[in-house]
Amino acid sequence: MSIALKIVWAFISLGVVTVWGLTLNGIVHKIFARVQGRLGPPVWQPFIDIAKNNAIRTAITHGIMFYLGPVFRIAGGIGTYMFIPVLFGSAYFSNFSMSGDILLVMYFIFFGQLGMALGAGEGGHPYSAIAVSRGLAQMTAFEVPFALSIISLVVQYGTLSITEIVAAQQGSFLNWTLFTNPLAVIAAMIAMLGMNMYNPFSVVIAPQEIPIGPPTEYQASFMGLLATNRGIFAGAKLVLYMNLFFGGATNLPILMLKTFSIYMFSVFIGAAYPRFRTENSIRFFLKYPTILGIISVLLFSL
Amino acid sequence: MIDNEINYDSEPVANAGDNSSNPTTSAYPDWRKDDNTLTNAGLPDEEQEWFCDARPQPARKSWQPIEDFLNWARANSLWILAFGTGCGAIELRPLVTSRYDISRLGMQPRPTPRQANVFMIGGYVSIKTLKRIVRSYEQMQGPKFVVAVCSCAINGGMYWDSYNTVKRIDEYIPVDVYVTGCMPRPEAVLAGFTKLKELIKAGKAEGQNLYAEKFDWYKENQKKVIKDWNMPDYNW
Repeated sequence: MSIALKIVWAFISLGVVTVWGLTLNGIVHKIFARVQGRLGPPVWQPFIDIAKNNAIRTAITHGIMFYLGPVFRIAGGIGTYMFIPVLFGSAYFSNFSMSGDILLVMYFIFFGQLGMALGAGEGGHPYSAIAVSRGLAQMTAFEVPFALSIISLVVQYGTLSITEIVAAQQGSFLNWTLFTNPLAVIAAMIAMLGMNMYNPFSVVIAPQEIPIGPPTEYQASFMGLLATNRGIFAGAKLVLYMNLFFGGATNLPILMLKTFSIYMFSVFIGAAYPRFRTENSIRFFLKYPTILGIISVLLFSL
Repeated sequence: MIDNEINYDSEPVANAGDNSSNPTTSAYPDWRKDDNTLTNAGLPDEEQEWFCDARPQPARKSWQPIEDFLNWARANSLWILAFGTGCGAIELRPLVTSRYDISRLGMQPRPTPRQANVFMIGGYVSIKTLKRIVRSYEQMQGPKFVVAVCSCAINGGMYWDSYNTVKRIDEYIPVDVYVTGCMPRPEAVLAGFTKLKELIKAGKAEGQNLYAEKFDWYKENQKKVIKDWNMPDYNW
């Protein structure tokens, strides 16, 4: 396939994952509302919100980094997604996975958050700064079990390529990493709770104490960009987890089913549990999931 | 809608807190530097650099069919900045919880003026509070809408002859919908929001442009009652 055609397919696949990610966000809002005894917003509400935010007629900036914050954020989301194979064996939905490996994807996951931290910092709002410091502290903490789990996978499969890791899990569901390396999967799933920032790790965005976290000062199309990225990034993370731990997918319905199930893990926990304080969550991440990660690395490297 | 009841060509109103008996000598510095800039005279010198001195301008609308679609999106995605000035704030709790649940109408509370579209003023407005209301309203990005809840925001209510409470909030910021009652029940507030949605869809909720067009009238009214003006003349 020519590179031009590949780029076209990569953008089609980006559109698909954006729509799917935003729909998942709508479903999640609905689930949280039903748990709280409410009807909740329509499933398509995230799309209307994005249209509304982009239609706002005025916008305020606080400087160049303030502009670049959401740009870095969405670049992080798109970058993460672009180097992940979406459908195993598909020539069209494999993005640029042959050009990048798991280390590049891990870098992109955190690139967006760091860019956003710089941008939100220039907003000058004290609540932004508080939320950024909480977010980066929590990110550093859940990075440890996540990285250990990835190291364990790399040792287990002897490769850094995501496509080869998916290929090694084909054949039977018993070949999934979930069954061949359960400790790494548990550590990574706990790290995902921190990544998705639902309860008990939602102190970063603490909606009422520090209004909505780092993007406190962002409005209008900045907000539209951040909300779009929420769809892309959620989709990219879920596809990555599906590829690494749950055998990947060979067609779109399987992809939707698996990503939905993986997302529901953190949603159900988020709906059922109260919130950790920052120091509690850091201690938690550095304790149980980290120990599980270390054991799983040792099991496969010794 | 009570816009047509306001005569913007009239002398700015004298209201609570206005002690200047002689209208020709204003007690406040002028905010008009020229057609496009403001003096920001209330700010100390060292803070002048921190704030924008541009005057708000009426925003242009899109091509009408696109504007109709955008108005539909605006009406179905109202983010509320609730300003609990009085007892009206208590009505927001039943509105967002399971009994009335405004999220099913695409609405949600938003704790920062930067991202909110609807300014909900819940009750009487003292002069001290008015300063914060003006500041928050101007920080919101347009199109922005104002819903004033309770009798006190409409005519002063039980604070009619108070020395420190303004009587009509729409002499200081443009109001799109009033919800009467003392207290209005959540059903009444919901009816107010439904009315606001109709106005937005019909393209009649243009308070942001009204504020920019009649900026001098509003600013004069505000400056007449807010004596300790230590903020920019327009809070971008």
